[in-house]
Amino acid sequence: MNFKEKNNQINKEAKITVGLYLFFFIWWVAFAYGIGLKDISEYKYILGFPSWFFYSCIVGYVMISFPLAFVVKKYFKDIDFEENDEEVK
Amino acid sequence: MMGNSMILIPMILYLVLMFAIAIYTNKFTSGKGGFMEEYFIGGRSMGGFVLAMTLIATYSSASSFVGGPGVAYSMGYGWILLAMIQVPTAFLTLGVLGKKFAIISRKINAVTVTDYLKARYNNKFIVISTSVAMVIFFAAAMVAQFIGGAKLFEAVTGYSYFIGLVIFGITVIVYTTIGGFRAVAITDAIQGIVMVLATIFLLVAIIHAGGGMAAITAKMIETNPSALTPTAGGKIPIPFILSFWVLVGFAVLGLPQTTVRCMGFKDSKSLHRAMVIGTVVVGFLMLGMHLVGTLGAYVVPGLAGDGAIPGITVKVLPPILAGIFIAGPLAAIMSTVDSMLILASASIIKDLYLNYGKGNIDEKTLNKISFMTTGIIGIGVFIFAIKPPSIIVWINLFAFGGLEAVFLWPTILGLYWKKANADGALISIVTGLISFFIFTIYKVNPFGMHQIVPTLAIALVTFIAGSLWGRKNDAETIKLFFGE
Repeated sequence: MNFKEKNNQINKEAKITVGLYLFFFIWWVAFAYGIGLKDISEYKYILGFPSWFFYSCIVGYVMISFPLAFVVKKYFKDIDFEENDEEVK
Repeated sequence: MMGNSMILIPMILYLVLMFAIAIYTNKFTSGKGGFMEEYFIGGRSMGGFVLAMTLIATYSSASSFVGGPGVAYSMGYGWILLAMIQVPTAFLTLGVLGKKFAIISRKINAVTVTDYLKARYNNKFIVISTSVAMVIFFAAAMVAQFIGGAKLFEAVTGYSYFIGLVIFGITVIVYTTIGGFRAVAITDAIQGIVMVLATIFLLVAIIHAGGGMAAITAKMIETNPSALTPTAGGKIPIPFILSFWVLVGFAVLGLPQTTVRCMGFKDSKSLHRAMVIGTVVVGFLMLGMHLVGTLGAYVVPGLAGDGAIPGITVKVLPPILAGIFIAGPLAAIMSTVDSMLILASASIIKDLYLNYGKGNIDEKTLNKISFMTTGIIGIGVFIFAIKPPSIIVWINLFAFGGLEAVFLWPTILGLYWKKANADGALISIVTGLISFFIFTIYKVNPFGMHQIVPTLAIALVTFIAGSLWGRKNDAETIKLFFGE
């Protein structure tokens, strides 16, 4: 890869990273305030946790860890950080 | 009051280990390769695990272990929701800044963020103002961390504030001074492991002591149902919590103690691994510790604020385990201080002294003044922490957001926007800092948002305006950073 190609790959990876970040943000908001703003008497509980918390935070934690591991493995490339001969000429 | 020596023993053993690491890593600085590159960035040799842990340890400070869970103790689940905002920050930082910084810092031999800003903007005022801002904010933040650590020590062991300050203050100063960045990174990694273990112990102990989740929840519903809601019964308004996605979320991309870590890792694989490990571990710590605070209120009632976690610890853990646990937050504090200490020193030596002070000094002298600078800053911070002057406490209020206001846009736009130039960066630094001070002092919080949000908005607008109408970048800089 020359410097330009490296830069393109890095920009692509940065976009994927930001995309994942937004995904987690939406997950977090949707479950916390989608379920959690009801009256407390209507709350459901999962494993002893209020369901909004269970989905938003506990499942949310799982839902960021696994997609992240997948995406990094699949789309992130090995880039040599030193300048190579191709770039110098 | 007599202290509890059973708690003290595991703690002391732990601190001795930190010294051993410093002595071990010190021999690297006398080896081959440049001293600067070794002492201030560890020879760019961090692997994935160490990179992940040092990043986590750096930004999980006293507040993640004592302050935050203390608030969760009174507010309940809503505060855990807020804490979870920090979870994706680790991978965002590494994913957006990691490889760019890795390449650039090797090209220009950068060991500090200011080195990068200097190469990118080539402006004396930017170099000086960012270094000075960093040293001042770091100093105040370090004093605050020391105070937090010593108070915690006092609360758990029963020994005095001063003894606590001496024991762990000296430890962190000595190992950072002797071992440099490499010691900071390795101790951070160990401290990260200690934090995870401490969290597991305490979480299991508290659920056990409360008679299981169902019993604790039943008690919550009965005594304080608003702790079950995401807004803590209206005490955590939604605009307020959303602004934390800026303050402890994406604006962390600007914090120099975080960004400098993107200059220190070995290869792409380390970065990839660190993104995953970092996120998993941070998530675990945030979820675990804040759950301890939230649930603890119904197992060990009658505590408050910063006293909550130490109180719970002493109550539910046997002394030896309590000693190991208390090493957790102390570890968090030490690892925050050590990275600031080494950076402040790097900034003074590299960004100010070598750039604008005496030129050409030989390796040996440089070696000596680097050790001395790190030591002196450490001792200065220590002395201030004995009887903290109110100005320090005041500056610390501004430290976190102030650093973001100064560094965020110049760092990130410099990397990703070709037109970003010195005029934009300059005006953005100045307006960002000033508006952050004004908004904080006069409590300007539009729509109930934290003041960092309008601050960064203003800094962004001025940055863009300055870059569009200011002087153009020279072709050489563009070629260096963008290759065209």
